Amino acid sequence: MDNQKVRTKKLLVSLVGVGVLMLAVFIFDSLGMMDNYIRGIFIQSCFAIIMVTSLNLVMGYLGQIALGHAGFMAVGAYTSALVTKAIGLAIKAETMAPISPMLQFFIGILCGALAAALFGLIVGIPALRLRGDYLAIITLGFGEIIRVVIQNLPFAGGKGLASGQAGQALIGIMRMNDIYVIMLVTMVCVGIMIAFVRSKFGRAIMAIRDDDIASSSTGLNTTYYKVLTFVFSAFFAGVAGAIYAHRGLGTLQHSDFTFLKSTEYVIMVVLGGMGSMTGAVVAAITLSVLPEALRAFSEYRMLVYSVMLILVMMFRPTGLFGSYEFSLYQLLTKRRKKAVEPEQTAAKGDN
Amino acid sequence: MPETILKATNLGIAFGGLRAVHGFAIDIKECELVGLIGPNGAGKTTVFNLFTGVYKPTEGTFYLGGHLMNGKKTHEIVAAGIARTFQNIRLFKKMTVMENVLIAFTKDMKSNLLSSILRLGSFWKEEESIRQKALELLAVFNLQDKADWMAGNLPYGQQRKLEIARALATNAKMLLLDEPAAGMNPTETAELLECINTIRKKFSISILLIEHDMSLVMNICERIVVIDYGEIIAQGLPQEISHDPKVIAAYLGE
Ligand SMILES: Nc1ncnc2c1ncn2[C@@H]1O[C@H](COP(=O)(O)OP(=O)(O)OP(=O)(O)O)[C@@H](O)[C@H]1O
Ligand SMILES: [Mg+2]
Repeated sequence: MDNQKVRTKKLLVSLVGVGVLMLAVFIFDSLGMMDNYIRGIFIQSCFAIIMVTSLNLVMGYLGQIALGHAGFMAVGAYTSALVTKAIGLAIKAETMAPISPMLQFFIGILCGALAAALFGLIVGIPALRLRGDYLAIITLGFGEIIRVVIQNLPFAGGKGLASGQAGQALIGIMRMNDIYVIMLVTMVCVGIMIAFVRSKFGRAIMAIRDDDIASSSTGLNTTYYKVLTFVFSAFFAGVAGAIYAHRGLGTLQHSDFTFLKSTEYVIMVVLGGMGSMTGAVVAAITLSVLPEALRAFSEYRMLVYSVMLILVMMFRPTGLFGSYEFSLYQLLTKRRKKAVEPEQTAAKGDN
Repeated sequence: MPETILKATNLGIAFGGLRAVHGFAIDIKECELVGLIGPNGAGKTTVFNLFTGVYKPTEGTFYLGGHLMNGKKTHEIVAAGIARTFQNIRLFKKMTVMENVLIAFTKDMKSNLLSSILRLGSFWKEEESIRQKALELLAVFNLQDKADWMAGNLPYGQQRKLEIARALATNAKMLLLDEPAAGMNPTETAELLECINTIRKKFSISILLIEHDMSLVMNICERIVVIDYGEIIAQGLPQEISHDPKVIAAYLGE
């Protein structure tokens, strides 16, 4: 346990790290290298990071397989898009005092995230009674149901709201592609999730992952922690959806959120390492940038993913990072402790 | 007259046609150490599973400190004050020794989602205080130096001890130990015996102990309950039990 002094130092180190990262992006930007194409990839990496880290809470830390994460992203995307649309219309009709686009965007994010969390609750309560394969199937089903329902909502298609039309792409969505804002939102989200993992909540869900029966026999209300984590994770999928909706194209399609999308994020979690936030972030960035770098092979993307997955499963079954976490503080102070690798010791039989 | 902690009347459970436990009655007083013995498959672990809400009784009732526990969920029963260990050790193997104990404190922790995320002063204060408490508890079992070990890497005897430590950390009034000496060598068993005696004094806790090691049972139990085929066939003082013809018959297989 760190004392006050070390904690303050760690906080400072993290803040400096964030500052340096922002500065790097700023320099990159002011050199004129941030064209629309790069910006697109940058934003894509950002919402992928939020998606993968939040899915990692459920898959890596809680140890449940969830295949419907894109469904929550869809809820966040559509809700936020409709909210910013509604605000925009209200301002135009002068029924509302004008507010900055930034504030509109943040209201949109919050509404999208809360809506996604609500859906997380609705899906989580029945689904988390099941385990393993059953949970995977039911979350997959719910994810698709959410998408199909959205497809059939009149106010979520065409121009949206009152002038909307079911079955069409939602168009005319506000644009908010300020990389600094999106970067900051992403970092805050990841920071919150890391804080969650490093608290009694994180401890509790890792205990549940290790042994469900022992957890309840030690006083944990396992259902509560499972549902809470699921809702928490859906909340952030909603944030990612909101960023996605406002990324600058101005349109949303229900087909952006098929279960293939969910599977992509699942692959990223597994590749990065279940239960490693570092791994989740690295996998999200790599697998967002890589397909662009290998544009020529874009048709074979899923093939490349599968091969990568098989290779990782063969040679590094805990994912590239296992449960390793990068720490700038430890790197700087050189007081690196050897992480005890849990993987081999776990295989001692069921007893 | 010492107070009754755990009381069961006519408790039973049937799995389909199999009456695994039937008409089980027990009355355990404050600080008492009672042994529960019986041949393999007699229903001992099932009794523990009933007392901890893993199985719901199909007949009878049981009370903890006068409160009805029937139908409560496992975590509610733990909160009420019954903690247990498992016949096949169930530690959180991929977590540290310290974390194993910390988990048991979770139910009494005050910090909520917001204070944990904002890392408020109250959050750190509570984390520090439970870690201190955990270290003190680990010291009772001589495990304080291994606080950072992965629980699954501990030697077998210490895993058993850690499981008892974790159960005690729930602040229980009633401790159920399921074959704590199973698989231990004589030195480890002797150590365990001493350990059980220490925690009885230190925590003034009642213990119900399942054990096959007769010398251990005869040595430390004040009272013994013997079951066979899910029913109580004898109970009394250790020396009475060891001479009871029904018990001898059950163990030697008639
Ligand atoms: N969930 C269950 N479903 C069906 N039968 C069960 C279940 N749990 C226990 N039993 C049966 O109940 C009986 C008692 O089992 P229990 O595990 O309580 O025995 P035990 O006295 O603890 O034995 P041991 O000394 O081997 O640990 C056994 O016949 C067992 O097969
Ligand atoms: Mg048993």
